[in-house]
Amino acid sequence: MRRYLLTRLAFALLLVFVVSSATLLLTRIAPGDYAAMQGVDLSAEQRAHLRTSLGLDRSFASQYLSWLGGAAHFDFGDSLLYSRPVSTIVSERALNTAVLAIVALLLATAIGIPLGIYSGTTSGAGRSIVRALSVLGLSVPPLIGSLALVFLAARTGWFPVGGMTSSAGTDLTWAQWLADLARHVPLPALALAIPMAATLERLQSQAIAAASHEPFVAASRARGVDRARSILHHAWPVSLRPVLGFYGVMIGTLFSGSFVVEVVTSWPGLGRLMFDALKARDLFLVAGCAATGALFLAAGTLLADLILAYVDPRVRSGERA
Amino acid sequence: MIRRTGVFLALLTVFAVGAPLLAPYQAGEAFRGYLHAPPMRPHFDGLAPVVHPLVLADRLEQRFEPDRTRTLKMPWIERDTEAPVFLLGADDFGRDVLSRLLHGARTSIGLALFATLGAVLIGALAGAWAGYRGGWVDDAIMRVADFVLVLPVIYVVLVLRAVLPLVLPASTVFLLVSLIFVLVGWPFVAKGVRAIVAGESHREYVQAARSLGAGPIRILAVHLIPACGGHLLVQATLLLPAFILAEATLSFIGLGFPDPVASWGTMLAGAGNYNAVARFPWTLTPALAIFLVVLATNLLITRDARH
Repeated sequence: MRRYLLTRLAFALLLVFVVSSATLLLTRIAPGDYAAMQGVDLSAEQRAHLRTSLGLDRSFASQYLSWLGGAAHFDFGDSLLYSRPVSTIVSERALNTAVLAIVALLLATAIGIPLGIYSGTTSGAGRSIVRALSVLGLSVPPLIGSLALVFLAARTGWFPVGGMTSSAGTDLTWAQWLADLARHVPLPALALAIPMAATLERLQSQAIAAASHEPFVAASRARGVDRARSILHHAWPVSLRPVLGFYGVMIGTLFSGSFVVEVVTSWPGLGRLMFDALKARDLFLVAGCAATGALFLAAGTLLADLILAYVDPRVRSGERA
Repeated sequence: MIRRTGVFLALLTVFAVGAPLLAPYQAGEAFRGYLHAPPMRPHFDGLAPVVHPLVLADRLEQRFEPDRTRTLKMPWIERDTEAPVFLLGADDFGRDVLSRLLHGARTSIGLALFATLGAVLIGALAGAWAGYRGGWVDDAIMRVADFVLVLPVIYVVLVLRAVLPLVLPASTVFLLVSLIFVLVGWPFVAKGVRAIVAGESHREYVQAARSLGAGPIRILAVHLIPACGGHLLVQATLLLPAFILAEATLSFIGLGFPDPVASWGTMLAGAGNYNAVARFPWTLTPALAIFLVVLATNLLITRDARH
């Protein structure tokens, strides 16, 4: 188990290192730099002066080495776009993305798992309806879902159409801010959650249908355990493995989806920050965003693996499932 | 199953190629007086469907009303250059949404098909080579594939596209974006192909071919890659909607095709403003088109999964 954790940790570090270095390099070799994108009315000398003062005229090697040296003790440089340390900007935005992702994950679980248990253990109209709904849900990717929900919100006024808090959000008390957030979060979270809930429903449905044919479920019924209890206590735990395995895959989906949703619903998250930084050629901010993203990704997959190991002893002992 | 998937892909190709021929107007053809004109409802005059032309009733509210004293024939039968017919409404430049949707189908589906073809080709070659050669070649290719698979696709696409010059002509965008899609798409294909080729290459028919003197290229091309046919088709049906969506996302955020070019993503970019979305819902029709393509592939796949 310790060996397993160590290899995973090494992989996580490698992922963060490679991803952030690669984005830094790519942004550096991209045509145009931060100075070239500032104000059209700057003269060539002013531009050159700006470049020197920001350190953009240094060679890539010296730039990269000093960035790497800083990053080793958690100093990720300053953002050119916001003139603030990259670490403070990124951690604010990463928190926003995490809020969105966690709410979406909970929502998808709360919708998908019960429906999957239901459709996997019944037959007839109920199952057909759930199945049809989940094929429809699978076909609503976050881009389409968020556009549709924004349309719905703008038409009906049920939800605020965008943003994370109302514009007056600065002078609210803590409780008011939380209530405001609670009004803003459902729309983007739902757009993210719909396809995930549908996938979870399909997986859970197939898994529990297979598990309820196992002899020990029939045996529990024969002992006189009632149907609901036999499904929930005997069949369900066994069916969890493929479902939990999917949570590890879902972290990546969550990330990709949240980028789109953040852009459509103006959610101030990591994805939009990275997009803005890329467009402005804000080198260190891009690398900081990429490093944070990779860290989240590695942490997410590791967490999913640990949960899987907790549930299934075969994974824990390193045996191939 | 293989046949149905193949038929679906072929139909989609035909649609992508043929759709612009059905469009009544050019993709960039703008009618100045008809910004955000609503869809006109056709009715029958005898046997021929006709519509009432729209008249601007309120310039401030951009409100149109049908002029019931006149009728217009369908634009496919007779084109009136003064009074255009908008069956799905007009966008913010007064361009026909239906025409742009049909022209955009060629751009969006065409790009996705091209990229899918590329990803399947590269994925099949890389996977087959890895599976057949084994050893360090196998290790190296599969490590790279695994690494690409870990990364969230849209971010890789975003970074690779954003570091290229932001403004490019449409044909360059087409090539570069499909190249980027191939880069992120090939590992999905390669993993399965590698597994199949590695498994099959120890079977008797492969050994028989080898003992008859067939070289590795012949064995791969004639025996092993055809064995992956089903897998390749399934992966193609999975990649296609993903690429359509990726193009829509890129164009939506302004990194895809430049504006006059019609693609489903550039059309949605105009609908990104929530005020416009609420007042002119017909500008969201490309979202519906994408939904239908994704739904069709999902129905195809879940149907196959049940059999």
